[in-house]
Amino acid sequence: MAAEKIVTTTGLLGWIDERFPASKMWKEHLSEYYAPKNFNFFYFFGSLALLVLVNQIVTGIFLTMHYKPDAAFAFASVEYIMREVSFGWLIRYMHSTGASAFFIVVYLHMFRGLLYGSYRKPRELIWIFGVIIFLMLMGEAFFGYLLPWGQMSFWGAQVIVNLFGAVPLIGPDLSLWIRGDYVVSDATLNRFFAFHVIALPLAICGLVAAHILALHEVGSNNPDGIEIKKTKDPVTGIPLDGIPFHPYYTVKDLFGVAVFLFVFAAIIFFGPEMGGYFLEANNFIPANPMQTPPHIAPVWYFTPFYSILRAVPPLFQSQFPGVACMGLSVMLFFLLPWLDRGAVRSVRYRGNHFKVWLALFVVSLLVLGYLGTEPTDVWGRFSAGIPVIGGSDVATWAARVLSVIYFAYFLLMPWYTRWDKTKPEPTRVTW
Amino acid sequence: MKAFIATCAALVASVLIGLPAMANEGVKLDRAPISPTDAASLQAGARTFVNYCLNCHSAGLVRYNSLKAIGLTEAQIKENLLFTGQKVGDMMNVAARAREQREWFGNAPPDLSVEARTRGVDWLYTYLRGFYRDPNTATGWNNRVFPNVAMPHAMWSLQGVAEGHTETVRIEGEEHHELVIGAAHGGSMNSVQYDQTVADLVNFMGWMAEPHAIERHNLGYLVLIVLSILILLTYLLKASYWKDVH
Repeated sequence: MAAEKIVTTTGLLGWIDERFPASKMWKEHLSEYYAPKNFNFFYFFGSLALLVLVNQIVTGIFLTMHYKPDAAFAFASVEYIMREVSFGWLIRYMHSTGASAFFIVVYLHMFRGLLYGSYRKPRELIWIFGVIIFLMLMGEAFFGYLLPWGQMSFWGAQVIVNLFGAVPLIGPDLSLWIRGDYVVSDATLNRFFAFHVIALPLAICGLVAAHILALHEVGSNNPDGIEIKKTKDPVTGIPLDGIPFHPYYTVKDLFGVAVFLFVFAAIIFFGPEMGGYFLEANNFIPANPMQTPPHIAPVWYFTPFYSILRAVPPLFQSQFPGVACMGLSVMLFFLLPWLDRGAVRSVRYRGNHFKVWLALFVVSLLVLGYLGTEPTDVWGRFSAGIPVIGGSDVATWAARVLSVIYFAYFLLMPWYTRWDKTKPEPTRVTW
Repeated sequence: MKAFIATCAALVASVLIGLPAMANEGVKLDRAPISPTDAASLQAGARTFVNYCLNCHSAGLVRYNSLKAIGLTEAQIKENLLFTGQKVGDMMNVAARAREQREWFGNAPPDLSVEARTRGVDWLYTYLRGFYRDPNTATGWNNRVFPNVAMPHAMWSLQGVAEGHTETVRIEGEEHHELVIGAAHGGSMNSVQYDQTVADLVNFMGWMAEPHAIERHNLGYLVLIVLSILILLTYLLKASYWKDVH
């Protein structure tokens, strides 16, 4: 028998509190969750990611009411939503723009972690849950992109599933098992629909809850990378640099939400295709298994990793090294808490080694991302007279160099963070 | 942080400056002189579409009575646009079967419902004005935007016939083959009228590819105004709560 609990609330809330920890949860996670007062611009993106998740789920539910996961009807059913369902075009554009917005806010959210060392002890599990969410999100986006059943949906899925075919020994069977057929077909569309509308969203929601619970267990990091729990008010025991999440950060995040919605709406209403980056022109052609498009490019949020895949040369006529490197490029994020040996967390007090490597990493990610949207001959070819690289694509070599920088950022981190000349951290947060 | 941003900016700039200019491939497209809000143009385009395109191409995602959105009444649609036996609630399909068409043209003519979103209106405008006589093709027609296209010039009776031939020119010592197309002659329209007819047709196809585009823009202004007010209010709310945080 548990200890008798004391309920101070009365009325309806008192009735609920006796049976469910409503007031207790409200206090623990909002009104008495003390967050550092010096959050900056980068701290908007956690709550914005949550907002976009809700947007995707709600618009997704309404899309499912009219969408038909059948190779014969899928394309037309999406256009039916765009044309004949009341405000269907708005719901569809909110969903398609939301997919890209999700990656924008998540990439900025992750970048915040890199800037201020938010993944470091004791926040390793928050980070790990986060990286798993990121992986799930990539899967969610990939499965969802097949559903409109356009040419890019079809051929993008074909290319990605074929990658699994490069795995030694089990590869061909593995890709067959994923597709459920010898080519991407109705069977594939149906299972991708199942993954997209229930399996992954369910997992993502659960992981988001775990991500937030883990955060509230150890408390938030901040742009100074110091622990606010070290300096508490001796009487109340509340961190001196902490302010209750509600109302301070709820109202601040509301402002962030308003600004975000403005940008989001501007894209939805005035440029939902975003110049072909959010909705590709080729995807308005129904999937045709008999006709391969001349240039297959994944959507922008996958292109850095796709570039790494293309940059790695085949070994013994197998594409597996490229596939392995692409997988590794995402998996390495898991190891960050243990790769970073710096004396301080925040970029504000790090030395030049860390700053230069982080800058190189960001630039290589952006340029790899750009190259992934273009054919490999976008920058022309080296003249045939040059040894080794003669005759090959300039962009391929650029991608190779940038891929090496990308991996070096992670793999050399134990050394450059330790050697770095760090500045002393303050004892209290700075504005 | 500032040093970090400066480093990033410098690196990105150095990469971008190093970019060689991208080669301009393919034919230069003419800008389609269209106005998506011009109902008369859209209606004229609808008429041309039904008379000249819809015999072979379907627009199977478009319902006839959705054309009320471009200012036509149901009676007008029934009278002017419907083929025998079709109902105003039907999709704009064609009688010819895909298999027969594949036999005739070697290729089933694509559905044109969203063609303007795939190709773009400028492409369509240039393409439909780019046909010329070519005795070497199966149909006797070729196109400067889409070489060896399977489709013959459906509107030749309007534009007339243009002759084309290839000239070899030398630029900086290298031989280039240049397509030279003469003026069209013998059509029922002059070139100004034909360009206008194609512009109206392309305008209609643009509307058909995204019928709610105008509504989207109009609603967009309203939403952005409301959100601007929300930004202001939430900013004031935040500022008033935060004034005691030091």
